[in-house]
Amino acid sequence: MTTSSNLLWLIALPLFSSAILILSGKRANSWGHVLATIVSASSFTIGVVEFFAMHGRSDANRAVTQKIFTWISVGSLNVDASLMLDQLSICFVLLITGVGTLIHVYSISYMSHDHDRRRFFAYLNFFIASMLLLVLGDSYLNLYVGWEGVGLASYLLIGFWNQKPAYATAAKKAFIANRIGDVGLSIAIMIAFATFGDVSFAGIKEHADEASSTQLTAIGLMLLLAACGKSAQFPLQSWLGDAMAGPTPVSALIHAATMVTAGVYLITRSNFIFDEAPIAQLMVLVVGGITLLFGAVIGMAKDDIKKALAASTMSQIGYMILATGLGPIGYAFAIMHLLTHGFFKASMFLGAGSVMHGMKDEVNMRKFGGIGKFMPFTALTFGLGYLAIIGVPPFSGFYSKDKIIETAFNAGGIKGIALGMATLLGAVITAFYMTRVVILTFFGNERWGHKDEPAESPALMLIPIGLLSIGSIAAGFIFSKGDGLVNWLQPVVNPLKEHHAEEFLPPIIVSLMTLVAVMIGLTVAILKYRGDQVAQAPEKVSVLVSAARRDLFQDEFNEAAFMRPGQSLIKILLNLDYILIDGLVRSVAATSLSAGVRLRTLQTGYVRSYALMMVIGALALVTTIWVVTA
Amino acid sequence: MAIANYLYLSAILFTIGAVGVVVRRNAIVVFMCIELMLNAANLAFVTFARVNSNLDGQVVAFFTMVVAACEVVVGLAIIVTIYRSRRSVSVDDASLLKQ
Repeated sequence: MTTSSNLLWLIALPLFSSAILILSGKRANSWGHVLATIVSASSFTIGVVEFFAMHGRSDANRAVTQKIFTWISVGSLNVDASLMLDQLSICFVLLITGVGTLIHVYSISYMSHDHDRRRFFAYLNFFIASMLLLVLGDSYLNLYVGWEGVGLASYLLIGFWNQKPAYATAAKKAFIANRIGDVGLSIAIMIAFATFGDVSFAGIKEHADEASSTQLTAIGLMLLLAACGKSAQFPLQSWLGDAMAGPTPVSALIHAATMVTAGVYLITRSNFIFDEAPIAQLMVLVVGGITLLFGAVIGMAKDDIKKALAASTMSQIGYMILATGLGPIGYAFAIMHLLTHGFFKASMFLGAGSVMHGMKDEVNMRKFGGIGKFMPFTALTFGLGYLAIIGVPPFSGFYSKDKIIETAFNAGGIKGIALGMATLLGAVITAFYMTRVVILTFFGNERWGHKDEPAESPALMLIPIGLLSIGSIAAGFIFSKGDGLVNWLQPVVNPLKEHHAEEFLPPIIVSLMTLVAVMIGLTVAILKYRGDQVAQAPEKVSVLVSAARRDLFQDEFNEAAFMRPGQSLIKILLNLDYILIDGLVRSVAATSLSAGVRLRTLQTGYVRSYALMMVIGALALVTTIWVVTA
Repeated sequence: MAIANYLYLSAILFTIGAVGVVVRRNAIVVFMCIELMLNAANLAFVTFARVNSNLDGQVVAFFTMVVAACEVVVGLAIIVTIYRSRRSVSVDDASLLKQ
């Protein structure tokens, strides 16, 4: 395998910059954002250079590694802190640094009124560094470091405005939900070490077929738990909606384009485990299927534009997770959807941020309306992202989502039909709720209730949106041209190993069905939301709508099923500790205390009583000796 | 005279000494009772030396006298000091260590 010394710089640059921004304090206020953006752009440049270098090599030699230092060397456990850049990670590197840089540029303007902008950029850089470490680590342990790092960055950035208690709570909620997933990942690493005596991807891949299916299933399920936490999949999805408390660029970068897709990366990276563990793979499908419908249903009812987009993110990642569950052929499509989603969802989030900028931080879509003519560029780019996400050809979402639906239908048997119908239903609902978002925001009557007209955002915000829009138009076509991305990823995810089942439905039929599904959703939304709307959300709504507004009761469920029993358990344990453990210690103390009090009375201080005791003692001794010897 | 009579005398003297230490309050008397016990022991040593027809017991008796002499020096010094500070030689008055 080729070695390269550039990989460390990818991570080190943003990490150093983050440290500098944190440590130099207010002195960096004037130049901090510039440094952060330049550093992010440099990482992107290194990524591009590495990509072209990789592209120039033959398939077998594309992966490069760099050993930084020997991290752990204890007995049979040898872990190097080393990085590996292969065909899969380069996709992520380019996405993270590329979209990351654009969002840095956007944030310069978006956060310009915030006196803590320097800290914001420090966190953003820290996020970039952690996320790069996550995708570049060559073992599960290295990945875990990055995994925790992005969790921390996410926590810090969701709670960036932590002076509002609700935002601080949202950050904690995200962190705790992520912790549950992290526990899954650490258990998976432990099982992997117990099974293979190794935690590196290459080592485990080599020996994956030697392990028993129980062990592989256990590792797979734990990895799935980890993915559920980080990628906001059912049943750990409830944090993502609240995570929208963070500044909008954060929502775009971390909670739409990159960090939340780490679960998809983890499963794709662990393809050698999931391919050998059918039960775990089936669970991946179930989780993906449930979440894609779950998110879509929630998305239909949300009035907060960011929360609607967050629900949509959840649903789209559901698509990706479902695709990774479809086996070798699905991984490449999952990554393709991940990349196109990174473009169009980031562009829509930034568009939403631009709208909020113009509307004085209003997020309620019921109070928007008719913004299109005041903010034409934002409306145009948002529209392009919209066409991409609902899957209208030739926009990027069409290519990636269509492939997933097609693969789902071809999974074979009842499973294939069920998955296919789920993805198709998801497409209908996606078209519905995204159309709803677009109509409520950019069309119809003006409902914002004040005279100030929203003004278009400054160029520094519009340029990144524009560039991302180009991605949402063209990415799908580029990736799928001549099966480019599939062939590119083939050495990593090995799709040719799959024995191709007979095609259930030909691609053209699936495409037509998808288009019909999209048209249905779109038409229903237009019929429902055309004409003038009122600024108030209707009070009397069906059970389903009120359930969707409350995230399908996931919070209530978590509270009833985990939080309350957890609290009672803690109370019981506390009492047990107080009565049993403390009681034991306290009774020992009380016994020795009372013994002391009693024994103290022997010490009268009178010499004569001591003498008497000596006499009695001596007599007793003599008597004993006499009795024993006699 | 039966040799056992020396031992009876020694036992009686020792008992008188021991009882005196326990019941008397005056430090000087207590002190004298201790001397009495030491000498009772000496008498027993000398008697046993006689019984065994060697000088071991007599040698130990000399050691005891030396120790007793040292003890008298230290003991009387303590008693005098206590008397100077407390104007009393009652051993019951010198019971402050219990606090």
